[in-house]
Amino acid sequence: MMSRSPLLQVAGLRTEFATREGVLPAVADVSFDLARGEVLGLVGESGSGKSVMGFSILGLIDPPGRIAAGSIVFDGVELVGAAPESLRRLRGKRIAMIFQDPMMTLNPVLSIETQMVETVLAHDDTPRAAARQRAIEALGQVGIAAAAERIHQYPHQFSGGMRQRVAIAIALLHKPDLIIADEPTTALDVTVQGQILYEMQKLVRESGTALVWITHDLAVVAGLADRIAVMYAGRIVEMGDAAAVLDAPCHPYSRGLLDSVPAATRPGARLRQIRGSTPSLLSLGPGCAFRERCDRATKACAAMPPLTEHDGRAVRCVHPLELA
Amino acid sequence: MTVFILRRLAQTLLVLLITSVLVFGGLFMIGDPVEILVNPSADQIEKERATKALGLDKPLHEQYFGFLRGAVTGNLGNSFVYARPALEVIFERMPATLELAFLAMVIAVVLGIPLGLYAGLRPHSVVSKTIMAGSILGFSLPTFWVGLILILVFAVTLGWLPSTGRGPTTDVLGLQLSIFNWEGLRYALLPAINLALFKLSLIIRLTRAQVREQSLLDYIRFARAKGLTNSRVIGVHLLKNILIPLVTVVGLELGSVIAFAVVTETIFAWPGMGKLVIDSIFQLDRPVVVAYLMVVVFMFIMINLVVDLLYSVLDPRVRLAEAKG
Amino acid sequence: MSAVVAPVAVVETPWLRFRRQFAESRLALLGLALLAVVVAIALLAPWLAPQNPYDLAKLDLLDARLPPGARAADGMTYWLGTDGQGRDMLSAILYGLRVSLYVGVASGVIALTLGAVVGVLAAYLGGRFEQIVMRVVDIQLGFPAILVALILLAVLGKGVDKIIIALVTVQWAYYARTARSAALVERSKEYIEAARALGLSAWRIVLRHLLPNALPPLIVVGTVQVAHAIALEATLSFLGLGLPPTEPSLGLLIANGYEYLMSGKYWISVYPGIALLVTILSINLVGDQLRDVLNPRLSR
Repeated sequence: MMSRSPLLQVAGLRTEFATREGVLPAVADVSFDLARGEVLGLVGESGSGKSVMGFSILGLIDPPGRIAAGSIVFDGVELVGAAPESLRRLRGKRIAMIFQDPMMTLNPVLSIETQMVETVLAHDDTPRAAARQRAIEALGQVGIAAAAERIHQYPHQFSGGMRQRVAIAIALLHKPDLIIADEPTTALDVTVQGQILYEMQKLVRESGTALVWITHDLAVVAGLADRIAVMYAGRIVEMGDAAAVLDAPCHPYSRGLLDSVPAATRPGARLRQIRGSTPSLLSLGPGCAFRERCDRATKACAAMPPLTEHDGRAVRCVHPLELA
Repeated sequence: MTVFILRRLAQTLLVLLITSVLVFGGLFMIGDPVEILVNPSADQIEKERATKALGLDKPLHEQYFGFLRGAVTGNLGNSFVYARPALEVIFERMPATLELAFLAMVIAVVLGIPLGLYAGLRPHSVVSKTIMAGSILGFSLPTFWVGLILILVFAVTLGWLPSTGRGPTTDVLGLQLSIFNWEGLRYALLPAINLALFKLSLIIRLTRAQVREQSLLDYIRFARAKGLTNSRVIGVHLLKNILIPLVTVVGLELGSVIAFAVVTETIFAWPGMGKLVIDSIFQLDRPVVVAYLMVVVFMFIMINLVVDLLYSVLDPRVRLAEAKG
Repeated sequence: MSAVVAPVAVVETPWLRFRRQFAESRLALLGLALLAVVVAIALLAPWLAPQNPYDLAKLDLLDARLPPGARAADGMTYWLGTDGQGRDMLSAILYGLRVSLYVGVASGVIALTLGAVVGVLAAYLGGRFEQIVMRVVDIQLGFPAILVALILLAVLGKGVDKIIIALVTVQWAYYARTARSAALVERSKEYIEAARALGLSAWRIVLRHLLPNALPPLIVVGTVQVAHAIALEATLSFLGLGLPPTEPSLGLLIANGYEYLMSGKYWISVYPGIALLVTILSINLVGDQLRDVLNPRLSR
């Protein structure tokens, strides 16, 4: 293990939303480290808090939401409670984000050139022509042909996959240390998905950028991530080396996720699913959030299990499945 | 693009034609203008002579075709009251109405957009709630009553501004306009504010609704994630998206302001087209009424056309779709 | 395994939810209260008014133009003063409110019915019919309302029924367009296809499905339009068109008082104006909140 300090250190993060029905803990007690150049796959269903996690790192939680507790240290600098201007300087330059639906994330009435050049100029004081050149190069890097002409076009003139490539190009403009990708391939066709995944993999390896890949699809992170963290109802329930977690998950929920992938069953056999449904974050009791749906639950599960680490694997369960 | 414009012009002609038929026929039924224009104690011969002179003895459809023939050459008949071409009378008064409408729209836009922007960005602040409450008030107050109150407060009680009439004019680009000199502006201010109030409220509410809707969209968040300053996110990304529907509304409201000037001009005795047409209706000066309607309808349609063109210039999605299609 | 029973939420019917969401705005509740008062006054005017302003025998010219609070010869107090003919302003306003409200609501209801039927039919039948109808609607909406009303009234003359006709002509197009849009959205939904495949008659589909779904936006448009209609009628009466002097609405009352403004007898114009303002304002406050509550696009 490298002796350099981790790029990102999240400790005890808690992000809440104040709603009419009460306070909603979208992210509760989340802690993890991310080393430079490491790829972390953050896996969970909708409502697990994974997107909010991403936004929290960037400081993009708006009222009625707020970061209620915990710390996020990026390269030695505390982000929680930092001045808005210093956060702004980090965004896009040292931490970049890629969103899910590129049609909605690119401004439909501004040209690609405008949207890319403004990103460059927001952090670097270079002449406009140089900024445009950088943008054209970035587009070429992500595989967009005839970049010098296409840069004048508008988002709706690009296909879905191309738009996402543009978003990736924008993220790479300042060669950030960390990229947070929030379900970047979910809105795309399966074939395009594969292409984008491959591109991301290549770029990350070449530039040594750390990547947090947020997804609900285990298959997507399988080949990409160094480590995997599984989130459920706002908490991390399992974390460890990617191959190891996928091979032998310890938390019953992770096991359930893996089992429900159709490829895991023989043709003709019934699909396995986790019984029950995701609980509403407002009606969570004090105990383990998964116990209603877990076959291994006992009275001991009435208290929230801590995240215990053992041999490089962290699990939040009092009855974890045995490591092989 | 040219096909589009040509098609629009053809539609314009059709609408003008239908309007002229409706109005002409309708006015025919209201009464006999001769009764109004000629001295009531005049005898039958006098009345017959006047009727003949005005061409009112011919059957309706003949009168109408005579009207059409003249219309093609730009002659919409002579005013019964002024004994001059109706169009001439109207064009004489048009600058007064147009400058009032223009001033009113400027006030409404210059004040409305910033206020609406603020109310949309900070919806829960006291200032925003005051702005919104004020806008409902401005929306609900009948224009003519506001005019009366304005006169009462600013002219009668405080004596700051003149209550009626139009100020001295200066020559601007060949037109006699009064708002480009201080004294003239003083006279124009109250009626312009009166006209502007309703539109101001409308623009504030529309801007705020747009801001609220657009702020929730992903591209705003993405812009912030790129590290853009707040002023750029709001001033460029948000504003450009808001301006598109706003421009459409402002353009359409301009036509409505010109029409609504009828009321304001009556209250403030502003010598524009609006006051002219009200007087003409009561005096049964049909050619002027018909000519006024033709002119206003034409202006309306032209404004709509310009707004549509502007829309396609501003919104790249529409522009390119039209270029392809 | 013993399961912890999750608390069962109280079932909130759409009506209850609507009431709760509507009540979130205190301004809207205020508007509703004001509106109730206005409507009550309008309905009870004959019993509330101290004097019948149309009874010419009761009027005494000597009482004309008296300021608010003055006393009449027979001991009655003119709470809001008198007008140029010696009419008690309070009574005139109460009756005027009646007329204004009646004209506004009547024209609104007729225009809504007419517009809704046309709009929904256009959406359902489609084709040539829809195209022609929507063209007419567009052209009509392209004209400024006040001009259309002006010309119509110039032609038709004065009278309550005439002004209702004018107001309906001006308003129906808004309702038609709104109804058609809403019905179009509904028509493209699959259950309508299913209904047609089942052979349900067109009327049944229109009445039971398309029309009810067009209702919320129509109600929102309706409140705004009624307020506009009342204001428009007042404006037209002020200009001297529309209502005859025998049945003055608030607009006519204001017009009558115009000439006295300069000489300081403000009450003849100002008080009817305030009554008009309160009426329109309360309708707008209610309509505003209705629009927010019924708007699917604002996340609630």
